[in-house]
Amino acid sequence: MAQDASTSARGDLILRNLTKTFGDFVAVDDLTLTIAKGSFFALLGPSGCGKTTTLRMIAGLEEPTSGSIHVGTTEITDMKPYQRPVNTVFQNYALFPHLSIYENIAFGLRRRGISNDLIKEQVDKVLNLVELPQLAQRKPAQLSGGQQQRIAVARAIVNRPALLLLDEPLGALDLKLRRQMQIELKWIQTEIGITFVHVTHDQEEAMTMADTIAVMNNGKIEQLGSPDDLYDSPKTAFVANFLGQSNLIPGTISGNDGDNLIVDLYGNKIAMPKRRSSATGASILAGIRPEKFRIAPVGKGATGNVLNGGVVSDISYIGVSTQYQVEMPWGKELMVFEQNDDDSDFLKKGEPVVLSWEPMFTFGLDGSQDASAGAH
Amino acid sequence: MAFLHVQKTTNKFKSLKNNRSLIPYLLLAPGLIWLSIFFIFPILQLGATSTKTPAGEIGFFEQTYRFQNYIDAFLASREQFYRSFLYATLATILALAIAYPLAYAIAFKSGRYKNILLVMVIAPFFTSFLLRTIAWKQILGEEGPVVSVLRAISIIGDTTTITATPFAVVTGLTYNFLPFMTLPLYASLERIDPRTMEAAGDLYANGLTTFRKVTLPLSMPGVVAGTLLTFIPASGDYINAAILGDPKSKMLGNVIDAYYFRIVDYPTAAALSFMLMVAILILVTLYIRRTGAEELV
Repeated sequence: MAQDASTSARGDLILRNLTKTFGDFVAVDDLTLTIAKGSFFALLGPSGCGKTTTLRMIAGLEEPTSGSIHVGTTEITDMKPYQRPVNTVFQNYALFPHLSIYENIAFGLRRRGISNDLIKEQVDKVLNLVELPQLAQRKPAQLSGGQQQRIAVARAIVNRPALLLLDEPLGALDLKLRRQMQIELKWIQTEIGITFVHVTHDQEEAMTMADTIAVMNNGKIEQLGSPDDLYDSPKTAFVANFLGQSNLIPGTISGNDGDNLIVDLYGNKIAMPKRRSSATGASILAGIRPEKFRIAPVGKGATGNVLNGGVVSDISYIGVSTQYQVEMPWGKELMVFEQNDDDSDFLKKGEPVVLSWEPMFTFGLDGSQDASAGAH
Repeated sequence: MAFLHVQKTTNKFKSLKNNRSLIPYLLLAPGLIWLSIFFIFPILQLGATSTKTPAGEIGFFEQTYRFQNYIDAFLASREQFYRSFLYATLATILALAIAYPLAYAIAFKSGRYKNILLVMVIAPFFTSFLLRTIAWKQILGEEGPVVSVLRAISIIGDTTTITATPFAVVTGLTYNFLPFMTLPLYASLERIDPRTMEAAGDLYANGLTTFRKVTLPLSMPGVVAGTLLTFIPASGDYINAAILGDPKSKMLGNVIDAYYFRIVDYPTAAALSFMLMVAILILVTLYIRRTGAEELV
C-alpha cells in the first residue's frame, strides 16, 4: 500500500538505466547509479546537464521515459509523488504562503493522519533542530530567505523520509549565509542520518557537504567519487575544469621510466605517475592544478618537472594567495596560484619565469578531448 | 554670501517638500471630483426623492419626508426583491462552477494557447450586453439548437420551451457575467507558484487534497472578487429578465424600471433603488466577513 511505502521503504536509492527525453532532447541519458543509505550525495553539473530532471524523477514530479527507481527493494518508479518515501526541499522553498510556519511543517504529518499531540511534538522538535522555535506562528512572507530555507528543510525532514532531495537549496542566499547553511545542512544530515541527494551547480557547495559527488554533463555522469578523489584524479577534461581549475596541456607520451610516463609538452620532457594517467593512446592532456605550480624568475633553482619560456602576463593579489597568468611560448596561458607565505618578492608583469612542479602532482587525461570542456 | 546661499537652498527644499505632500491629493482629485458629481450627489438626490409624495400633476412631487414610502414599496415588490437575490445567487454559483475549471485550465494547462483562450474569454465584450442577451434568446428559442437537442434526446417534452422561464433568466445572467468571474479567478490562480502544488504532492497530499488545502485557499482572493463582480451587477440587472423572462420571473431591476419610466412614480422607484443598494451592501459585508477575505484581497 502507498502509505506503507512512504514510511517503510528504506535502503539504498538505486537508479537503473534511467532515461528522460523531452521531444528530441535527451535530458537524462541511461543513468545507472546507486546512492548508499545515509550518505550525503551531490549531483553536480552545469545548468541543463540533467541533474534537476533526475531529482524530479526521483521525487515523482517527472515520469521517466524508461528505466527504474528503487528504494531498497521497493520499486517507486510508477508511484505518485505522495506515495513515495521521499521529500523535497524546493529551489525557491515553495512554502505554503497561506499557512503558518507551524502548519507548513505539520502539512505532511497531517496528511498521514498523525494525532495532533504527536504532530505538535514532532514540529516542536524539528523547529528546535533548525533553531527557529520562535517563528512557529509567523507566515512565510515574514521570514528572511535564510529562515525560509531552514523551514523548507524542517518541513521535509519532519516526515522522516528515506530520502531527502535538495534542489539547489542555497541558490537564493547570499554568499555568507550560504556558507553557514552548508555547514548546518551537513550537521543536520549527520544528526538525523537520512540520505540526502543534493543537486547543485556550485562545485564548492558540493565539495563542502557531500560524501560522494556525481559530476553530470549532457545527461550522463562524467565521474563519480569522493570530493578529494574527483579533485585529485579527474578522469575527463570536463571534470578537471568544472571542479576547481586545471591547466590542461596537450602532449605526447614519449617513453617509460619505471612507474612514470615521460611526456613531451611542446619540447619539455616531464614525468608523471603511470597510475594517474587515463590516456589510451600516445596523445595525452597533462593536468596540473594551479596551486601545484611553483613559479620563479629565470635562473633560480627549479626542480621536478620544469616548463621554460613563460612570461607573466597578469597578476591578481587576493590576500592568501596571488594568482599569476603565465603566457607560454606555445601561445596558451597557464594559471598559477602562489601562497603568500614567504617574503619573496612579487614577480612583475612581463617578467620571464620558469614553472616547476613535483611529478606526482600531474594527472593525465585522454588527449582526444577538448581541453576547455567545462571551464568556467 | 555663502550663508545666504545656504538659506536659499533650504527654502527651495522646503517648498519642494511641501509640493510633494500635495501630490497624493492632486492624484486623488480627479477621482474624488468625479465621484462627488456622479455618485454622491445623485445618491443624495435619490435619497431625497424617495421620501417625496405626488404633488398634483403627473411627474411632480413635493418633499414630505414620508418614510412610509419604503415600507409601501417593499411590501408591493417583496417577491421581486427575493427573486433578484435568488437569481443572482444561482447565477453566481453557476458562473463559479463554470469559471473555476476554465480559469484553472487557462492558468496551468493551456501552454501556448493561453493568450488565445484569454482573448476568447474577453471577446464577448466586443458586442453590446443587450445584443448578447438577444442572441442568447435566439439560442434558447424554439428554433434554436438547445431546445432541438434537448427534445431529440427527450430531456424535455415537445411542448416545453426554455425562453420566458426563470431558467432562461438565470442562464442569461450566468452567461453575461461569466467573464467577470473568470478573469479575477484566472489572475489569482496564475499567481500561484506551481511548485507549492508540487510541494503538497511531495508532502503526501493527493490531487484532491492538494486542491482543497493549497490551490483553493490560495485562489480565494479571486473567488471573492469574482463572486462579488458577478453577484452585485446580477442582483441589480433587469435586461436578462426583460428579454429572457416572463412576468413571473421579473427581478427588482424590472420593477424599478417600470416605476420610473412607465408609472412615473419616482419616489417608489427611488426607495426601491435605495433598499436594493443597502441590501447588497449588507450581504457583501457579511460575505467578506465570512470568507475572511479582508486579509486576502
